[in-house]
Amino acid sequence: MWNVAFAELRKLRRPTLFLGTMGAVVFFSALFSSLLFLLIDSPDGNSDRGRTVSREVLGLATGGVQGFSSVGGFLGIIALCVFAAQTAQEYTYGTLRNLLVRQPGRLRILAGKFIAMKLFALVMIIFSAIISISASVILAPRAKVSTDLWFGADGRHALFTSFINIVISVIGFGTIGMVLGLLLRSPISAISVGVLWLLIVELLLITVKNSLQNWMPGAQLSAIASGGVPRGMSTGIEYSHALLVGGIYVAIGAVVASFLFVRRDVSN
Amino acid sequence: MSNTAISVTDLSKKYGDRMAVSHATFEVPLGTICGFVGPNGSGKTTTMRMLLGLITPTGGTGEILGESIKHPEKYLPRVGAMIEGPAFYPALSGKENLNYLATLGGFSTNRVQGLLEQVGLGDRGKSKYKTYSLGMKQRLGIAAALLPNPQLLMLDEPTNGLDPEGIQEVRALLRSLANDGTSVFVSSHLLSELELISDYLVMLRKGEVVFTGKMTDLMFSQQPVIIAKGVNEHDLVRLLSIAEAAGHHAVIRDGAVHVEGPADWAIDFNRAAFDAGITLSQLTPQLPNLEETFFEMTGEK
Repeated sequence: MWNVAFAELRKLRRPTLFLGTMGAVVFFSALFSSLLFLLIDSPDGNSDRGRTVSREVLGLATGGVQGFSSVGGFLGIIALCVFAAQTAQEYTYGTLRNLLVRQPGRLRILAGKFIAMKLFALVMIIFSAIISISASVILAPRAKVSTDLWFGADGRHALFTSFINIVISVIGFGTIGMVLGLLLRSPISAISVGVLWLLIVELLLITVKNSLQNWMPGAQLSAIASGGVPRGMSTGIEYSHALLVGGIYVAIGAVVASFLFVRRDVSN
Repeated sequence: MSNTAISVTDLSKKYGDRMAVSHATFEVPLGTICGFVGPNGSGKTTTMRMLLGLITPTGGTGEILGESIKHPEKYLPRVGAMIEGPAFYPALSGKENLNYLATLGGFSTNRVQGLLEQVGLGDRGKSKYKTYSLGMKQRLGIAAALLPNPQLLMLDEPTNGLDPEGIQEVRALLRSLANDGTSVFVSSHLLSELELISDYLVMLRKGEVVFTGKMTDLMFSQQPVIIAKGVNEHDLVRLLSIAEAAGHHAVIRDGAVHVEGPADWAIDFNRAAFDAGITLSQLTPQLPNLEETFFEMTGEK
């Protein structure tokens, strides 16, 4: 398993993939965090879907990681694409047969690839955290946002909590990408289906029937990334609910895809 | 310890109603080069895939290096394989691709540069795989198969895309590996190549084994042909009559009479032609080559 993980890391660290992905992460992390502060007085809002995050909210202990939390869902989409592509391309390149000849333990291959991609996702999240928080610290004075509470014990706790939530969410999205890659065996199909579902189909369904947001996989994982809404609120998804439902989706997908991967003939 | 590199009994694979491989039974002795031949779609690649644990047989049993094919993890670390052409990551260099596979299989990456040189890619190891020609890709595939320093090497069409010099190099490489004790199981559509290097042969037709054994046994089991030409062209018909009168099947083809019969009958044929006043310009007893035998046995062409 570890041999597979180390081998996979050789592939993931190639400059085009690594620098390209990290470049996108840095750009969007900086953008999301910057807009929070630069558009703080904008009547059109400074957060996603026209929401406004006020000075008071940004001045709380959680304010320093607000940008980082809001980029979490986007990191999830990137992870989905990377995990899906790295898994499905083994079929399209025909390299799966090489892998299986050198490592016949199919579950070991999956586990090793998963570990390597999780490490890749972790690096991505750390980059994002550094850039988001740095941008927030740099832009807060200009937006007249107090940063006093950001560096206290509550601020550090908020950073830790956000980091863990984003890690869970991103790995959840990545696992869905890997499942799609294994099921569809084509990077383009896996990424298209995943991204279209998460960015279009789910949103359309939720727009038509709002209560569906409690049962859509992407909505659960995004809710985990942002920490969910407090218990009892009428809008939004509670964290524990998102964790449970999202976890069930990921677990079922992983079990089905692993079963198929182990049993299926490799004939391409 | 088993003295066979590969041993399969009644090995079968069925896709829907179609038998891709039907009750294949054969053995490949250790330390030999075994040619694996058959027309397209005869089940060669499917058989190789079953032997490598990539697909599950519908029936039958098999052993590789003394281990059941149900447990590929027990023998694959000692097996090198290139099946259905080379397949690598296009964005990685040849060397990075081999490093990837070496790490995956738990082999030292120190061997990689030496292997690249062995297959003639020493100076192109750092080039991306996507820039390789078909022949270079094929060479990289062979290098990858050699990574584990294998006891058994299974190669599917290893000379595809290679120029004549490359084909000769692969032939020499396989022979040298076999001389060092490596068993080689190789499929190729270049039958003349297999004829030159194989000690052993497994021949498939429509998923069934039609011959398995030593190459020499196959060739000597074939009816030899005596090819004869007279000085004068009109002698051909008379030569044909002489052969037929002696009870041999004969045809006129390519400006010569081809007579099926034992090689030593050539002496009698020569004498009969002389008695008939025919001066022969050619009298050649010869065994059919592998290609002719292949077509004969598989009913192709």
